[in-house]
Amino acid sequence: MKPADTRESFTSRMLSSDGAVSVLVVLLGFLVGTILVALVGKNPLNMYKAIFQSLSGYNIDNGKMNVRYIGETLNYAVPFILCGFSMAFAARAGLFNIGGEGQYIMGLTVAQVIGLLGPNVPGLHWALAIIGAMLIGAAWGGIVGILKAKYEVSEVVSTIMLNYVALYLSRIICLQLPGASTYKTANFPETALLSNGFFQAITNNSMLNNGFFLMGLAVVVYWFIMEKTNLGFGLRATGFNREAARCSGIPVVRSIAISMAIAGAFAGLAGGIVALGSFRYGRVLSGMDNYGFNGIAVALVGNNTAIGTMLAGFLFGMLKNAQALMQGKQIPKEITFIIQGLIVVFIALRSAIALYLAWRSKRQLQKEVLAK
Amino acid sequence: MEHAIEMIGITKTFPGVVANDKVTLQVADNEIHALLGENGAGKSTLMSILFGAYNADSGTIRIHGKNVDIKDPNVATELGIGMVHQHFKLVHNYSVTENIVLGMEPRNRFGILNIGQAEKRVAQLSDTYGLQVDPTALVEDITVGAQQRVEILKTLYRNANIIIFDEPTAVLTPQEIDELMQIIRRLKAEGKTIVLITHKLKEIKAVADRCTVLRRGKYIGTVDVEDVSEQQLAEMMVGRAVQFEIEKSPAQIGEVVLSIQNLSVADQNGHVKVRDLSVEVHRGEIVGIAGVDGNGQTELLYGISGLSPVSSGTILLNGEDITHATIRKRIELGLGHIPEDRQKHGLISDFSISENCVLKNYYKAPYSNAYGLLDQTKMAEDAQALIEQFDIRAGQGSRTAAGSLSGGNQQKTIVAREIHLSPHAMLVAQPTRGLDVGAIEYIRQRILAERDKGRAILLISFELDEIMNLCDRIATISKGSIVGIFAQHEVTEREIGMMMAGSKRDGGNG
Repeated sequence: MKPADTRESFTSRMLSSDGAVSVLVVLLGFLVGTILVALVGKNPLNMYKAIFQSLSGYNIDNGKMNVRYIGETLNYAVPFILCGFSMAFAARAGLFNIGGEGQYIMGLTVAQVIGLLGPNVPGLHWALAIIGAMLIGAAWGGIVGILKAKYEVSEVVSTIMLNYVALYLSRIICLQLPGASTYKTANFPETALLSNGFFQAITNNSMLNNGFFLMGLAVVVYWFIMEKTNLGFGLRATGFNREAARCSGIPVVRSIAISMAIAGAFAGLAGGIVALGSFRYGRVLSGMDNYGFNGIAVALVGNNTAIGTMLAGFLFGMLKNAQALMQGKQIPKEITFIIQGLIVVFIALRSAIALYLAWRSKRQLQKEVLAK
Repeated sequence: MEHAIEMIGITKTFPGVVANDKVTLQVADNEIHALLGENGAGKSTLMSILFGAYNADSGTIRIHGKNVDIKDPNVATELGIGMVHQHFKLVHNYSVTENIVLGMEPRNRFGILNIGQAEKRVAQLSDTYGLQVDPTALVEDITVGAQQRVEILKTLYRNANIIIFDEPTAVLTPQEIDELMQIIRRLKAEGKTIVLITHKLKEIKAVADRCTVLRRGKYIGTVDVEDVSEQQLAEMMVGRAVQFEIEKSPAQIGEVVLSIQNLSVADQNGHVKVRDLSVEVHRGEIVGIAGVDGNGQTELLYGISGLSPVSSGTILLNGEDITHATIRKRIELGLGHIPEDRQKHGLISDFSISENCVLKNYYKAPYSNAYGLLDQTKMAEDAQALIEQFDIRAGQGSRTAAGSLSGGNQQKTIVAREIHLSPHAMLVAQPTRGLDVGAIEYIRQRILAERDKGRAILLISFELDEIMNLCDRIATISKGSIVGIFAQHEVTEREIGMMMAGSKRDGGNG
């Protein structure tokens, strides 16, 4: 009986741990993805070869090593992680921030404007652009927070609408920039770029840049605000039980506005980093980059925690980087979207697992009672 | 003895709980049988199984000696079992008769509703059992007591000969309770079998023939009510000797701490629920607000605590006007609040005990420093001290999530937090609702201890016993206004009951 008991409690413990469930969900996503690849008559092994290459830089087929792939995976992960934080931070305060995309676009736009028009002072220039991106993101999110807190406007509706406002506003602004055509502007001056010579040297000229540091800083800031400060305490209290928070004197109106502003700042930072880190020229957007929307999935997989969201962001970054490699191996790149989609669908399993655990404990109890 | 109901070896489990553990209940034909137990003892589950709302995991049910399988409430109705629910299931803008026939409307051969015929039958039933209900009145226009009688009529109309009453007196004034007891006796005289679910011993002594006691899902025993005292019943219910009356030292009343003047408060829909209400609470006294649920008690507390805006009037705390102050400001000035709804307002169930203990002062020293950083070690230490001091039973100490605590321990956590803040005035609403006897005793003693420390306490409770036991002065509220304020020894439960129903007593000083 003894070993069976410990195994039981181990399963239960794994299933009731959010982290373990996230891992399970991701594995399930890959499993079903693999089956799909096999069903369309391709070799799933090639998919994993591509993924392995995007992680390690090692090409199994020809035995060549190129560390650039590692750099690209890390670079792709940065906006996923930051937009994940945008979703997660608001979620911890009980809000559903679908506006990460709009906040991201506004950050991107302002970073481009400052990048092209700002003072060409080394160090100061890009810092100013990034700060500008975060501030506009904060404002874009903050508006939603204030509307929600003061006038009970659903944040879901207002963020969705502001996403479109952001997209078209961005086009209007960027078309006025120097050298603007319908899809790009003039090149940024060197001082505006986030590029990092050391990173380029060790990763064989990948796009990995200073944005990676900023992302690392954001992870620490996110964790620190949430877990260590009284601001985070008030936000979490508001998120879990708004009425009890209000009854305890926590200024929930302020909490909501602040959490949306901070959420917006994370997405704005993502926009700034993509604008000045991954491109040498400003883009006149004709569609959305979807980092903001993918951030929702990232936060879901990461359980809104700092480390979880970071790891989920790396996963998404890795899949994105693997797309081109897969195509090179005759695997349709769309499979990565399918896997991402499956992971989000399987996240719903969380509640199914909760039901299963409840059912199991009930059965257990029934057996004990009836056996007496 | 012929048995109307036999439930033998009934077991029912829910995730994490055994609600009924091989429970046996045998109710003789044409008797009034009480089912006694604390909250969570499994009474309601057992009756829900009998009424077909749940299916038992195991056990057999016999009605009038025949084995039955009660799959759903329709089967129960066919077997002649009716239930008067604690929360009435009535449509407010329908007439009494319409409510009664709902689901089995009489139609003529063209399929058109024939309400007149039903009205006649309802009137006749009402007469037979002395229920005094007007079949044509709208439900929203009749009193709570009458609404309950409509529920009884509903069961009679469906030819029930076994009627289950689930905590029927919770919503009634003392006079209405007396009337209900009469009705129950009358039903028995007309040949019905009655099961009365309750945790009130007085009622059992008043009407019941026999009593079955459940404790924590287990069958304890069945006794003839005549042969046992209330004390003995209480011991069966709780499992140990129970102290009924709490010892109370005379109040050392000081200056006015909380002064409420001509207060009016509206509910969310804009209906005025508190009307021009004035009351003062002094240092070292407990003022109780007695009244039937829904007469403005909730809104009064919302207004004072700041949860709802005040339409007019003033609230003074130690002479300072807090009528329009923020909730945090009120707390800082020394207003404590043990809220009526502890899940909604009192606790954050996903937070640990230590986080819940600092919910109102986490942003200040000693829990936060000047830079806004939390001192979690200090939080945990203080929470641990409160856990020991207030005897909060928690599996993982101060890290236990509040949501995993039992109701009594949740309430103790709230009480610990509020007392730890040592406020000047404390609003206490329904402090013992849904708790077991041990927790009730403990929390009442704590409230009294706070009084003796010189706090001004305003207590709201729908349990008249609690008000009579704890309070130094008692104000009765009816339709949002205070009908009279009396010192505790100047007034009897009956008089308060009359005032709860709205009539004023002369000679009050309120």
